Amino acid sequence: MRHLLSTEDLSLHNAIRILDTAEEMAAVGEREVKKLPALRGRTVVNLFFEDSTRTRISFEAAAKRLSADVINFAAKGSSVSKGESLKDTAQTLAAMGADAVVIRHWASGAPHRLAATDWIDAAIINAGDGTHEHPTQALLDAFTMRRHWSKLAGTPSAGADLKGMRVAIAGDVLHSRVARSNVWLLRTLGAEVTLVAPPTLLPIGVDKWPCAVSFDLDETLAQGVDAMMMLRVQGERMNASFFPTTREYSRRWGFDDNRLRALDSLGLKDTIIMHPGPMNRGLEISAAAADSPRSTVLAQVRNGVSIRMAALYLLLSGENREPAAAPVSASAAASHAANPNLTYSHQESH
Amino acid sequence: MAEQQQNADNSGAYLIRGAAILGGAVEDLLIRDGVIVARGRQLDADDAGVRDATVIDATGLVALPGMVDIHTHLREPGREDAETVETGTRAAALGGYTAVHAMANSTPVADTAGVVEQVLTLGRTAGWVDVRPVGAVTVGLAGEQLAELGAMADSRAHVRVFSDDGICVHDPVLMRRALEYVKAFDGVVAQHAQEPRLTAGAQMNEGEVSAVLGLAGWPAVAEESIIARDVLLAQHVGSRLHVCHVSTAGSVEIIRWAKSRGVNVTAEVTPHHLWLTDELARSYDPVYKVNPPLRTDADVQALRAALADGTIDVVGTDHAPHPSEHKECEWAQAAMGMTGLETALSVVQHTMIETGLMGWEDFARVTSTAPAAIGRVQDQGRPLEAGEPANVILVDPAARWTVDPSKMATMGRNSPFAGRELPGKVVATFFKGHPTVLDGKLNTPYRWPVDAVDAGPAGRRA
Repeated sequence: MRHLLSTEDLSLHNAIRILDTAEEMAAVGEREVKKLPALRGRTVVNLFFEDSTRTRISFEAAAKRLSADVINFAAKGSSVSKGESLKDTAQTLAAMGADAVVIRHWASGAPHRLAATDWIDAAIINAGDGTHEHPTQALLDAFTMRRHWSKLAGTPSAGADLKGMRVAIAGDVLHSRVARSNVWLLRTLGAEVTLVAPPTLLPIGVDKWPCAVSFDLDETLAQGVDAMMMLRVQGERMNASFFPTTREYSRRWGFDDNRLRALDSLGLKDTIIMHPGPMNRGLEISAAAADSPRSTVLAQVRNGVSIRMAALYLLLSGENREPAAAPVSASAAASHAANPNLTYSHQESH
Repeated sequence: MAEQQQNADNSGAYLIRGAAILGGAVEDLLIRDGVIVARGRQLDADDAGVRDATVIDATGLVALPGMVDIHTHLREPGREDAETVETGTRAAALGGYTAVHAMANSTPVADTAGVVEQVLTLGRTAGWVDVRPVGAVTVGLAGEQLAELGAMADSRAHVRVFSDDGICVHDPVLMRRALEYVKAFDGVVAQHAQEPRLTAGAQMNEGEVSAVLGLAGWPAVAEESIIARDVLLAQHVGSRLHVCHVSTAGSVEIIRWAKSRGVNVTAEVTPHHLWLTDELARSYDPVYKVNPPLRTDADVQALRAALADGTIDVVGTDHAPHPSEHKECEWAQAAMGMTGLETALSVVQHTMIETGLMGWEDFARVTSTAPAAIGRVQDQGRPLEAGEPANVILVDPAARWTVDPSKMATMGRNSPFAGRELPGKVVATFFKGHPTVLDGKLNTPYRWPVDAVDAGPAGRRA
């Protein structure tokens, strides 16, 4: 892995490797000293062309827990808003010695441009590009699902996939990078995905995706769902006639109190309710659903830091990189023998 | 073939030995003073009364009428950082063209007699090909008010093709009026068929690939619905319609239907739409961003069939050079368009001739005869016969070359064919009997008579 740009081209091997590494990283987050020296001396740039405080601080926390130096570059209010091109920005970051660039951009494919051109020779992590992909979000979702699924099965998470898990994703699929990344990753991990949306909010060509498509949320729930993921819907979509009113949207495709009760009456006692945040309470998800014990919203946020630590660690300390810091034998992480990478031996295991 | 010395009056004589005329019979062509004076086997220049003819060995080469591009963006005036008439017409000559129609979306827009005459003069001063200015349909391409079409038609530029290319004349009343009005001077409206509301923010073909890439879709129906409306309007008012850069299988069906009903419609396809598909957008490399967008392989196959059976009349390059900074950026930020003048012949050979869909005679029809007829360019697209104007190219169909945009004459580096090996190479281009290209290299431009630089069509005072 040189970059993390999408889940569409992420192999099962690498997906499991990231998820397993994130389990190791999660253990660090539970310690009193939440820090590893793994990326000491490395520079991670958070290059954000779009406001996203949540994703930015999650990456920042992840990089700092790995002892990397973090530079936050918010394109708004910077030279970018004065007309600087992506190329010039990238070359500037390269000249400053960025080892990894975490990029959030409103334009689909912007991270691919950084990775494919000679503008910068750093590891590129896609932190959400336009309506294309948001791979670390899908990975943290899968991490959350895998913990739940393994717990139900009474088996360890490490090394596991999601075979047999029924996942429904409801909302504005058309404009959702989260939905796209989830569809590809969940396919790779063996889950059964159903997209639920008004037909106006599904892309032309969705019939070729490796998932089922439904226009009826109640019917989808009745067929049995192990994880119900609600996507954020922008009320302004109403103005472009994607749906008549927010109320009608909420009645037909929102996870409201009736549907929360339906989970019980359908005997779906272990079904979790997920949301990538930020939530529109009362639109795509009711307050009761968001706050119910089934909700994994906060677990997702927590797991996000672990996933991003894993991604940064694997890209910057993996087989593609020179050792960042001298091996640290005293590291507590070294005792987590499950992942040989964390012993800082740079002999790569494929 | 040494570089030819140019006589001040373009009165050179050339004996082309042993060219396959339109890919058929191997004959000689004798050119003098801008005219083909003789065609036949083993011509003797002296017998024809021509002295000091330069002999050009054309063994293995195909002789074709000079190509006529119905759709070129020369960018001047206004965007001389992208292309100038000089550089664009050098590219045209190297690509085998002897005439190009310069689209109206310059700055200022070519919507007055003054601007089209300026472009005409720039073309004649350059001298590489006949530059035929296209006039805008509406003032400033704004789609609100008809430009002075009659003034442009009557100007020295003698405009016959009118287009808001880049922008669709989407108002149905305005389109109807334009179609009606140009009948007064035998003009044609060349429509860029794109329903604007269905394509707001559109980035690429809407379909399987756009769904994955998360790029806003440009649906085929946005092109097809405008073409359907326009052919009905053209029929209703009894006028002449030309459809620019047809890109979908559905558009082909509508045009085929319209022609079967007797509608006076012609259609154009670009070389890139005959070959490339939206799969290339997966790279997010904006060199593949173009309007209309690259479509699917099913569309490509339908377009090839339509060009072969005459449903689509012509190949137009839609040559659209851009400065590199407009392509070295995010896909959504990038300009739309590709260069095409220097690759068109090769791409058509690859997609149409080497596939067995067409011969060189058909090639001459779709790249020369038919576009000259649409543009009412009287002295181009003529048969290669004695007495005809000497707009002739010599092509080596066996040549193979690898596209390197940095070596092109156009200022645009945005060729989607970069790195590809293509068949066919233009060896010589004769424009009005003067070799603008020899040995596959630029020679010298044709020198218009001083009084013709500011004169009307074919060098006569308008």
